Amino acid sequence: MKDRNAISRFSWSSISRRYSIYLVLFVLVAISSFVNPNFLSGENLSNVARQITVTTILAFGETLLIICGLIDLSSGSVLALSGLLSVASYKASGSMAVAFAVAIGVALICNLINALMVAKFAVPAFIATLAMQEMARGSALLFTKGQNIYQIGDYTMVGQGSVGFIPIPLFFLLAFVLMTSYMLNQTRFGRALYAIGGNQEAARASGIGIDRNKVLAFAVNGLLVGVAGVLFMSRVNAGLPNGGIGYEMNGLTASIIGGTSFSGGAGTAGGTIVGALIVGFLNNILNLANVNSYMQQIVRGAIIALAVIYDIWTKNRRTKSLVKDAAS
Amino acid sequence: MDSYKLEVRNVSKSFPGVLALDDITIKARPGSVLVLCGENGAGKSTLMKIIDGIYQPDKGKVLIDGKPVTIRNPIQARSLGISMINQELNFIPEITIEENLFCGRLPKRGAMIDWKRIRAETSALIERENLHYAPDTRMKDLSISDIQMLEILKAISLDASIIIMDEPTSAITDREVERLFEKIAELKARGACIIYISHKMNEIFKIADDIAVMRDGRVVDSRPKEDFDIDNVISLMVGRKLENNFPERHQSPGEVALEVEGLSCPGVFRDVSFRVRGGEIVGFAGLMGAGRTEVMRAVFGLDPHGSGSIKVRGKEVRIASVNDGMRARIAMLSEDRHRYGIVPMRSVCENIGLSSLRRFIYRGRLHRAEESKTIAGLCEELSVKTPSLSTPVEALSGGNQQKVVLGKWILSDPDILIMDEPTRGIDVGAKYEIYKLMDALANKGKALVFVSSELPELIGMCDRIYVMCQGEITGELKRGEFTQEGIMRFATGQENKERVQ
Repeated sequence: MKDRNAISRFSWSSISRRYSIYLVLFVLVAISSFVNPNFLSGENLSNVARQITVTTILAFGETLLIICGLIDLSSGSVLALSGLLSVASYKASGSMAVAFAVAIGVALICNLINALMVAKFAVPAFIATLAMQEMARGSALLFTKGQNIYQIGDYTMVGQGSVGFIPIPLFFLLAFVLMTSYMLNQTRFGRALYAIGGNQEAARASGIGIDRNKVLAFAVNGLLVGVAGVLFMSRVNAGLPNGGIGYEMNGLTASIIGGTSFSGGAGTAGGTIVGALIVGFLNNILNLANVNSYMQQIVRGAIIALAVIYDIWTKNRRTKSLVKDAAS
Repeated sequence: MDSYKLEVRNVSKSFPGVLALDDITIKARPGSVLVLCGENGAGKSTLMKIIDGIYQPDKGKVLIDGKPVTIRNPIQARSLGISMINQELNFIPEITIEENLFCGRLPKRGAMIDWKRIRAETSALIERENLHYAPDTRMKDLSISDIQMLEILKAISLDASIIIMDEPTSAITDREVERLFEKIAELKARGACIIYISHKMNEIFKIADDIAVMRDGRVVDSRPKEDFDIDNVISLMVGRKLENNFPERHQSPGEVALEVEGLSCPGVFRDVSFRVRGGEIVGFAGLMGAGRTEVMRAVFGLDPHGSGSIKVRGKEVRIASVNDGMRARIAMLSEDRHRYGIVPMRSVCENIGLSSLRRFIYRGRLHRAEESKTIAGLCEELSVKTPSLSTPVEALSGGNQQKVVLGKWILSDPDILIMDEPTRGIDVGAKYEIYKLMDALANKGKALVFVSSELPELIGMCDRIYVMCQGEITGELKRGEFTQEGIMRFATGQENKERVQ
């Protein structure tokens, strides 16, 4: 009897934990559409979609990394560097394929350097990627001597174009959510990430290659950041060496609100996209409601704090109920 | 009538599921050394933690100088003149020697810490004791034996009248042991009362005035040293009942599956050689710190080893990582389930599948139906009690967690399965299930290595037992020659194989 109680208590908290985030999204959408009837208009929604794409793609990378106990603080800067070089190479070659290849290549190199520092020299990911943040930003500024690159021609198509009424960035978003979800749920790599973040020593003792998987996680992050770089520059219609400042934090926010556990071992692609939608819709409705932008920042901060407090609270409650069962 | 410095009277202490101390009474006179000995898990450390105020007794009391005292925490214990030298050294790596010495009692001048006085006193102590470090050396830069020695000096400098030493010689060199014994003599002369925990027999008889032997949470005998000899101390330590609850073994050993020759790792173990046949359960006995776990970790590839060779099915293999070990079809169940066994927040299913990822994830996707079918079958076979396969492992009881880890290794289908303390911290029912499983695996022709600190289960389960003491194999016994006393004699270094031959 006691056992059954423990089980039902447990699954209740896990269900509330799993679905509460969707509930929050639903309530937010409901309130928003009530506050401003324009909220649910196709135009507004496709606007939001364009706004959140870049952040969400970065968030997928953060989710993968945080699950296995890492983090990337460099993605905003690397996005700028790879996007900028991609714009420059497009202007030189006129080929979008080259532009993508350059962006992905640059982001990949930056992330492999991150991985090298983490896996080979045991630098904590926080420090390694903080260093990369500086190096990548500096490189971007050095490359154009601080100048922006304008007249980027058809480079803007990927960020601003649509197929029918669907914005092109949305296809990228869709492709990446599927990719992330596939990696996490269907591959050895995904299982390894969860195990490494959940208990690295146990993962090692089970034959999981720790370094190999960490390098791979950074590599996938590189792919994501590179594509995000193209989409960003394309959307802002220029190559901005100072673009994307603080974007890594937006990505982290979406990931954490989406239920990725900062202590590693837990997180999903679906949760991450919901987290990104919550942040995106929230920004949007605060804009539509003409809330002053300083105020918006305060609200965003408060929401991050609440999301994490909630996360810790549910985890504690779960542990406590477990301990109680073990003792009785 | 003697007057006692420290008296523990009728103390009992239980933890969920175990009675750790059962009506313990010990008495220690001033100016004497009381040696406390007993097997792993006899309750020595729990008793010391009660005296140090870390645990509170459920029943009974502690008396100092004949007066009952309540010791709520280690700080209060200090103020009562109790000083504890832990077996596992607790130190903060970044602080300096002088900060460590005065930790928790920094002298002040006004509101400021009196660093001048600290430096002066530390320097004086270092000079007096003939040590060679600067007072501002950081703890992390010292060797383990330096730290152990410093801890001892710290306890002495506190002017404590009751000093507890929990296996103080486990990490120091012979020369330092001599120094330690000189210090102990000094302390005795000062009238201090020393409680000395050890299971090194020669040491015990050298230093003790009185000896108390503990077993299963009780003091089984307590008398002046002169009334004991080594043999009766050993037989008192191991006098556990042999319970007849092991599956019957029908051994039919096959080919040699694992052969380890002259394996060494400087400072950890030396010249370790053993062989295990298919279908055989081979035990490793020894006291804590004998090096059994370290040998097994090296064989499996978790830790590097210095020299020596490992042969699997007659072929020499190079094992430098867990993957090498697994490729040689070796699996190891670690003694520390929480650290090296489970991924707590992940599901039963994921944990069991962790070492066999290729089995269900192939051709680009996870074959979920196949996975849950196989793992559900395995859980049934191992009788893992879990609400579902998606339940996080942290929600299961210790015994079931252990079965999940065992399931992980069985799924990976090894030829050689090393099990390090597989029954530690789990209940009797689950223990028996694990014994049955081991027997079944051996009958399937697997080679099993069984490391355990509980002699009865080794004697009940094994076909052969190797005994280790201080990093070396000191004895090998065949089924039929097993006695607890015999094993303990090898384990305490009283005998070794040369003498037997």
